[in-house]
Amino acid sequence: MRKLALTDEILLKIDKPSRYIGNEINSVTKDPSKVDIRFAMCFPDVYEIGMSHLGIQILYDMFNRMDDVWCERVYSPWMDLDAIMREQKIPLFALESQDPIKDFDFLGITIQYEMCYTNILQVLDLSGIPLKAADRDWSVPIVIGGGPCSYNPEPLADFFDLFYIGEGEMVYRPLLDLYKCCRAEGKSRREFLIAAASIPGIYVPMLYDVTYREDGTIEKFFPLVDGIPSTIEKQVVMDFSQTTYPEAPVVPYIKATQDRVVLEIQRGCIRGCRFCQAGMIYRPTREKNTEELKRLAAEMLKNTGHEEISLSSLSSSDFTGLEDLISYLIEECKKKNINISLPSLRIDAFSLDVMSKVQDVRKSSLTFAPEAGSQRLRDVINKGLTEEVILKGAGEAFEGGWNKVKLYFMLGLPTETEEDRKEIAHLAEKIAKRYYEIPKDQRNGKCQINVSTSFFVPKPFTPFQWAPMCTKDDFLGRAKTVNHEIKEQLNRKSISYRWHEADVTVLEGFFARGDRKVAEVILDAYRHGAIYDAWSETFSNEIWMDSIQRCGLDLDFYTTRERAEDEIFPWDFIGIGVTKKFLHREWERALRAEVTPNCRQNCSGCGAKCYGGGVCYEGTN
Amino acid sequence: MKVRIKFAKEGVMKFIGHLDIMRYFQKAIRRAEIDIAFSEGFSPHMIMSFASPLGVGTTSTGEYFDIELRTPVSSAEAVKRLNAVMADGMRVLSFRQVADGKSSNAMAIVAAAEYTVHFRDGYAPADGWQEKLAEFAKLSEIKVLKKTKKNEVETNIRPMIYELSTDKDQIHMLLASGSAANLKPDLVMSAFADYLETELPEIALLVHRNELYADIGTDGQRRLVSLEDLGEEITLS
Repeated sequence: MRKLALTDEILLKIDKPSRYIGNEINSVTKDPSKVDIRFAMCFPDVYEIGMSHLGIQILYDMFNRMDDVWCERVYSPWMDLDAIMREQKIPLFALESQDPIKDFDFLGITIQYEMCYTNILQVLDLSGIPLKAADRDWSVPIVIGGGPCSYNPEPLADFFDLFYIGEGEMVYRPLLDLYKCCRAEGKSRREFLIAAASIPGIYVPMLYDVTYREDGTIEKFFPLVDGIPSTIEKQVVMDFSQTTYPEAPVVPYIKATQDRVVLEIQRGCIRGCRFCQAGMIYRPTREKNTEELKRLAAEMLKNTGHEEISLSSLSSSDFTGLEDLISYLIEECKKKNINISLPSLRIDAFSLDVMSKVQDVRKSSLTFAPEAGSQRLRDVINKGLTEEVILKGAGEAFEGGWNKVKLYFMLGLPTETEEDRKEIAHLAEKIAKRYYEIPKDQRNGKCQINVSTSFFVPKPFTPFQWAPMCTKDDFLGRAKTVNHEIKEQLNRKSISYRWHEADVTVLEGFFARGDRKVAEVILDAYRHGAIYDAWSETFSNEIWMDSIQRCGLDLDFYTTRERAEDEIFPWDFIGIGVTKKFLHREWERALRAEVTPNCRQNCSGCGAKCYGGGVCYEGTN
Repeated sequence: MKVRIKFAKEGVMKFIGHLDIMRYFQKAIRRAEIDIAFSEGFSPHMIMSFASPLGVGTTSTGEYFDIELRTPVSSAEAVKRLNAVMADGMRVLSFRQVADGKSSNAMAIVAAAEYTVHFRDGYAPADGWQEKLAEFAKLSEIKVLKKTKKNEVETNIRPMIYELSTDKDQIHMLLASGSAANLKPDLVMSAFADYLETELPEIALLVHRNELYADIGTDGQRRLVSLEDLGEEITLS
């Protein structure tokens, strides 16, 4: 019988003990004496969230296919267990072996959103790993970060030994080989890190330094050691159809957020929405071979027993093999009573037809993400969705029996005016009107239009990285305008409106474009009790505002300040293929409300062609 | 074809709650490619019903659920296929055909459950507790406060205790179970603690369920048979 790290007494006292016992179907157990490297893969949030993440499943599978590596998983203990572990000094452990994380060779942490930063410190702290990389020796694992937030790793620079910039499928093997070699030769931790810094995509923050100008902006970013690169190039999988993919992903016992087979059909997006970081950092768009996807789908369903399959991509409608793949899935899944979920589909005749086949029209809702209320502002953000298309799609859907619509918008976008905000309400009203044009005896009761707005956060490596962000009060004022306008309209009873928390958004903006100085704030806030900041029940804005003040930083410098064209950004040392010149050209076009065509219509010369594949070379071989 | 599956839930699986065990078996049946029948309607679900939920922390070698098969499969083959896809701690013990119809449902026919209870190290009452338990078992009336949804009521649980005995350090119990009368071993043990005039925290007990029984007795005479014994092995020629 497996021995658990926690006693029955603890496990029977806490909420959802199955978060901590491992033993899931398809989890991997190896003989520790027969592997060279113990790798702990962490998602710094609660189990149900972390288990829903595709990236970890991909890397977990990739590592465990290697004979010399045993990769295990670890998540943030929830607050109830966190308190017990601190009180009883129980070290954080990996789910599979239940061994302390501290004894591992590597601790890999995926950094998916800014509000998990304090949970990274929680994981290090509970593991007994010094929070700052500079204080670590060989008695603790190498702490390596990856994921979208590592495209601006600077606010976390102090806490990580390494960052892996780009797609995880690429350079882990050389990194692990280097590690084995350095350990065998008795090299110091620093010697290993210096050698690792020469592997493409690997960033070792402690081997670089930054100087600042008097105004607080960066003067210079430079390596402290000879021979290591001054630009870190993101790693991209170019053979996307053949790359490693988990055919038997781990199946949790408790219902995870994503309790289904996830089939990644493409990476990257051709659209070029100017607010979207994923749309830039995952360029060029690459598709997976449709026949390979069919094989993977069948294999994953068989190996997991999941009753649902979902397609994953940034924009599924742009996948060229979509019709072929979906008709295959519909046929296969019908036989086995498996549900198909199709997120990120554009609403048109094809998708409505597909959706009416795979879901209950009366219960499901349609989702549109116009992001901005007016056509002018949609042109500014390069969201190629027009009011005509939305109303046509909604109309067809209403006639097909749907009566629920979700509309997603952002508030606080560059150049946004009072009129743009009111247009959000007007668009919802027009959709409601379109519904009530259907004769009463032919429609399905009242329609339900759910409008929700998030607040815009300018992100690194987007055309809006130069843009100022709103203050909390400004954000809330904007939401009030929308709310008021909706309440004034004829169909107000058919429209509901929700908006995001503004204070969390402001902090996200602070971290997103933060520099190395921000690390002190994260550490200070954590020491003052900040944790699980992505959860409203644990988030405390007060702690953060106090910490920013204590550390002598100016929040506005990071958020509301408009950047000059030639400013050196904290993340400029990372190369993502897409050039800063292109991004700035897009920023200027945005200010003129000029639309840029998508990658299939016309190449705009963003720079991602340098990777030698994907959409940039479609039809050329 | 209606089939009854008997399974064991041991080791770390005792921390998985009842609803998650149901989800676990739905997925396991798909992995084992058992051709189960589904309900009608827009979102069909597997026809599957569990005999009796087992509390988190309790292990068992006598759990049951019934399913409806679309394509018959032999008992030996089904047990083999299911056990090939089980998690560590879960075992399928038998797979037997039972009579069709609602009246034979595992959940409806459960009448008694058999348990073995241990004290965790350091939690056993003072020496001689076995003799005390024998005395306790002889009482004609055992009154406890039983919590209902609204309030607490005093109930005599003695009629629901069919057997209560000890074997060295372990306690054996056969208790009423099911919709008509239901008694859990921890309530018996807390009544015993009261009898000993001592405290017994919930964590003190290690509870294992051995078997679930149906009552096939007529004219008021109790005659218990295990749910498994009501089924027959499926052999396909």
